Amino acid sequence: MKHMSKLALATLLSSTMLTGVAIAESHVPEGVTLAEDQTFTYRQLDEFSSLDPQIVEDVDGSDVVRDLFEGLMNQDAEGNLVPGVATGYEASEDKMTYTFTLREDAKWSNGDPVTAGDFVYAWRRAADPETASPYQWFMELMSIENAAEIVAGEADPETLGVTAVDDYTLVVKLTAPLPYFPQMTTHSTTFPSPQAVIEEFGADWTKPENMVSNGAYVLEEHLPGERSVRVRNEMYWDNANTIIDRVVALVINDENVALTRYLADELDRTDIPAGQYPRLSEEYPDEAVSFPRLCNYYYTFNVSDSGPEAFKDVNVRKALALAVDRDIIAEKVMQGGQPPAYTFTPAAVAGFEPPALDWAGMDQAERDQMAKDLLAEAGYGPDNPLSFEMVYNTSDAHEKVAVALSQLWKQKLGVEATLANMEWKVFLEERGNQNFEMARGAWCGDYNEASTFLDLLDSASGYNDGKYSNERVDELLEQAKTSDDTGPLYAEVEQILYDEMPVIPIYHYAGVYMLDGDLGGWPVDNVEQNWYSKDLYKIVE
Amino acid sequence: MVFGSSQRAAAVADDFTDQIPVKGRSLLKDAQIRFVQNKAAMASVVVLALIVLFVIIGPLFAQWSNEEIDWDRMGNIAAEGAPSIANGHYFGLDELGRDLYSRVIQATRTSLLVGLIGALTALIIGTTYGLVAGYVGGRVDSAMMRFVDILLAIPLTLVIILLLVIAGRSFFMLFVSLGAVGWLTMSRIVRAQTLSLKTREFIEAARASGVSEVQIMIRHILPNLIGVVIVYASLLVPEMILTESFISFLGLGISEPYTSLGKLIAEGAGTMAYGTTWQLLYPLFFYVAIIITMFFIGDGLRDALDPKDR
Amino acid sequence: MVSYIIRRLLIAIPTILILIVASFFLIQYAPGGPFTSERPLPPAVLANLEARYGLDQPLWKQLWDYLTNIVLHFDFGPSFKFKDRDVNDIIAQGFPISLTYGSLAFIAATVVGVGLGVAAAIRHNSWIDYAAVSMGIGAQALPNFIMGPILILVFTLWLGWLPGGGWNGGQWQYLIMPVIALSTSYMGNIARLTRSSMLEVLNSNFIRTARAKGLPTRTVIWRHAMKPTLLPVVSYLGPVFVYVLTGSVFVDLYFSTGGLGAAYVGSALTRDYAVLLGVTILYGTLTVLVNLLTDLAYAWFDPKIRY
Repeated sequence: MKHMSKLALATLLSSTMLTGVAIAESHVPEGVTLAEDQTFTYRQLDEFSSLDPQIVEDVDGSDVVRDLFEGLMNQDAEGNLVPGVATGYEASEDKMTYTFTLREDAKWSNGDPVTAGDFVYAWRRAADPETASPYQWFMELMSIENAAEIVAGEADPETLGVTAVDDYTLVVKLTAPLPYFPQMTTHSTTFPSPQAVIEEFGADWTKPENMVSNGAYVLEEHLPGERSVRVRNEMYWDNANTIIDRVVALVINDENVALTRYLADELDRTDIPAGQYPRLSEEYPDEAVSFPRLCNYYYTFNVSDSGPEAFKDVNVRKALALAVDRDIIAEKVMQGGQPPAYTFTPAAVAGFEPPALDWAGMDQAERDQMAKDLLAEAGYGPDNPLSFEMVYNTSDAHEKVAVALSQLWKQKLGVEATLANMEWKVFLEERGNQNFEMARGAWCGDYNEASTFLDLLDSASGYNDGKYSNERVDELLEQAKTSDDTGPLYAEVEQILYDEMPVIPIYHYAGVYMLDGDLGGWPVDNVEQNWYSKDLYKIVE
Repeated sequence: MVFGSSQRAAAVADDFTDQIPVKGRSLLKDAQIRFVQNKAAMASVVVLALIVLFVIIGPLFAQWSNEEIDWDRMGNIAAEGAPSIANGHYFGLDELGRDLYSRVIQATRTSLLVGLIGALTALIIGTTYGLVAGYVGGRVDSAMMRFVDILLAIPLTLVIILLLVIAGRSFFMLFVSLGAVGWLTMSRIVRAQTLSLKTREFIEAARASGVSEVQIMIRHILPNLIGVVIVYASLLVPEMILTESFISFLGLGISEPYTSLGKLIAEGAGTMAYGTTWQLLYPLFFYVAIIITMFFIGDGLRDALDPKDR
Repeated sequence: MVSYIIRRLLIAIPTILILIVASFFLIQYAPGGPFTSERPLPPAVLANLEARYGLDQPLWKQLWDYLTNIVLHFDFGPSFKFKDRDVNDIIAQGFPISLTYGSLAFIAATVVGVGLGVAAAIRHNSWIDYAAVSMGIGAQALPNFIMGPILILVFTLWLGWLPGGGWNGGQWQYLIMPVIALSTSYMGNIARLTRSSMLEVLNSNFIRTARAKGLPTRTVIWRHAMKPTLLPVVSYLGPVFVYVLTGSVFVDLYFSTGGLGAAYVGSALTRDYAVLLGVTILYGTLTVLVNLLTDLAYAWFDPKIRY
């Protein structure tokens, strides 16, 4: 809003009286004057795959769906659970039954009330093989009764363990006492969907002219590959407290172009390209932000039969992990405030206390020395140099990290690491079939709990691409699923991972954004980055 | 309309001159003389030779290899990575702190090879294919050209991904895939020219005097195609250099720490707004130098080899 | 001539059929499928998805269903990636956009390119020639992945004249940068091809004869030299026309136009078989038609060419 015309300014001044009323709103701090134009424009990387809450699978799509639909629970700016359509819930003694009470003033955008039946319909729909949602497994992950059987086609979707006792009471039966179950109801797969509309329009129901939704916004326009626009839903129960009137998502694939357009005032939010954060935070101290996120970045060894002999030696794995100067990767390559990783689980995960592992306390010279000793012990040295191939998928940032790693290893340990970039799907296929020696990996938590990360290294996990297997780890992870005190269990797993080093943790993600100075309420403390446009506001400049 | 009766005489006259120079060695010798006399072409040859020379002896002056990271300056490239004689980074540093001088040399070498070999492959396949299709004509022509239609329509991305799977990553496959894309348009151009040429009287005359069909193709049609073919081939060189960067992006071809001009330019273009313009300008300079020399050399070759005496 | 056209159109049908079958099988050999993702799907979920899109059927059955759906219902199937949309939708939305900026870029590139080339050839080795040659080289030296960011930097950030991207129904402000970015490199190539072709024609004996007979230069150039000059240029323009009409992935990605180019390359990368095949068929049909048109154009440019 730097190029504001005089006219706009005049309108603004004359309207301060009007907007003054809004200052009393719950999520706007006192003393803030709201802007006249409450339009929030942000960059999204790619066209989203779907706007159907049960089907959507990408982050960009989920961000939109979270505005259009509202589930049982929402998250606040810190990621804590707050009421959504449900005003609250009660868990039974054995934590196997949850009863949600729904608010009676929740409405669909066509004026119909949002009922427990809408949730039952949506959840059955998510699990139903007919819907063919790529997120069917989420119903299984939630441990809802019969979900696994329905997904496998062995039971009727009607048998799903979720019932509407009356219009405003929803009862969910679980197969395991999942401690983080309520957290999972903030996920888009669990949002309600309008049965009548879906049955009338089929797959076309998500088109703006057909869509009926129950969130704070409705879809006004969707131009694939260009932009989508959502506007205030007058029927939303908390419409009075919603400040942003209009949210525009622009698809801009190239992050550098996106930054240029941000600087030209076309955007209120964009991602900062790797390496640009220090400069931007100097030039625009109020706009460049960085905060920890719930994702890790690692390289995994292939320890299966198809992997190289060298990586079966724990000393080799440890030597390579130790020689990675994480400060260089974090501070000189990524440069966006990413925390260096000495554990697989990010420290930002709720309830996770990173154990005090040896290497986290050493300085890099000590680690390098230890790495050299270990590698020599394993029988590699100048006359028998270690060499292997590391694969990553094509991307500027991945390439930079891979190059830096290979150079670190080469200079410190005399190791020859050949770099091989691959097109994304080829990469996934090769990695998934253990057709690699060392491969890049990254994981973002599905929910805010350590098991979403550590489960990756369970020997039965479908995501365990390096085929690491340790009975004790499997046992601890199994215990953690039902334990009240998971801290020591996860600490022990991390200790084993340090001792055996099946993966090299490199860094943990940070959200590195440019946020316009007149944008208020961005939830930087929400590590999952589940944001709601209804909680944002634009400040007058 | 164009070839009205008044032009008939001209066309016949054409035959004479067309045929005379196409006689063994004298053609090449004449061509050589003509080429040497073309100042722009000769200057371009010199410049290209200098580039090649630079690629060969340039590394001797490099103080850093193309993969070494300057750890001290890394992470603060905009301020400390500018070209400097003092710190040995004559062309500055790339985003990761690697010496751009060494990288540009290595990239120029790769791109020159890719551009020349790729264009040459396309030239040989495309010319042969188009010549045969156009000259033989009829059903053979139709079948051959429909085959080109199909190949033109199959998505390049898919073809490259498949090549990667079938053959794996190698420099050789890179040339194969580049040649595979380049020859299609070339073959259509050559075919069109051949169709036009084969109706000329001098071909009829050759045929009447008992020259074999193969001889006619090689001795009479091919020399008359050279102008267009060479110019198009010189257009292909920059196209190949750029296509390579797309192919590398898909994961076939050149992999880090090796690089190419297309890749360096793309990287430099991405970060040009961040005060590191040298990352764009040095590779772009060599790329443009190659395009310009290709242009004048192509022009000169066309003039020199054109059988129509100037 | 008419029978030739009919014959060519008839041949087009098996050509496109071969294209469909070839692409259909080629796609299967590309590693990874539409549902390969960073988070591998559990086998039961994968089976459900494959059943939904008919991928559990034998290949010949899939191909047969695909072809019959096209012939009977003109239905190219649902997109595997964009789950709310089908291929017809995606083409109907993206193609008009690509068509608009593509044809404008094509016209700009051809008109300016041929103009520059002719001007350069007529005034061979004059300043006009040098200027035209430098412009041609300049245009070629700036591939669209440099042009895109530069244009946005200059016109959007520095000058603030044009919006940095989007389409907005094809308003002129949104068209300028895509058209410039897309047309420049072709413009350079067309100029160079025209120039060299024209030089060659001007040096050929029939033009010399025409000149010797005292015909005015203008007449010689327009009535006698123009057609043979354009013959090789037209061969080059054919594939360019098809390429440009179906959009450019760079233009779509840099300028967020929402055209078909990004959808096309994207579908190959995400293994969205249905979209990839659908756009390939569109692309193939256009290729076949445009190549027919250029072949017809040859006969017009050189009446001696007979089919």
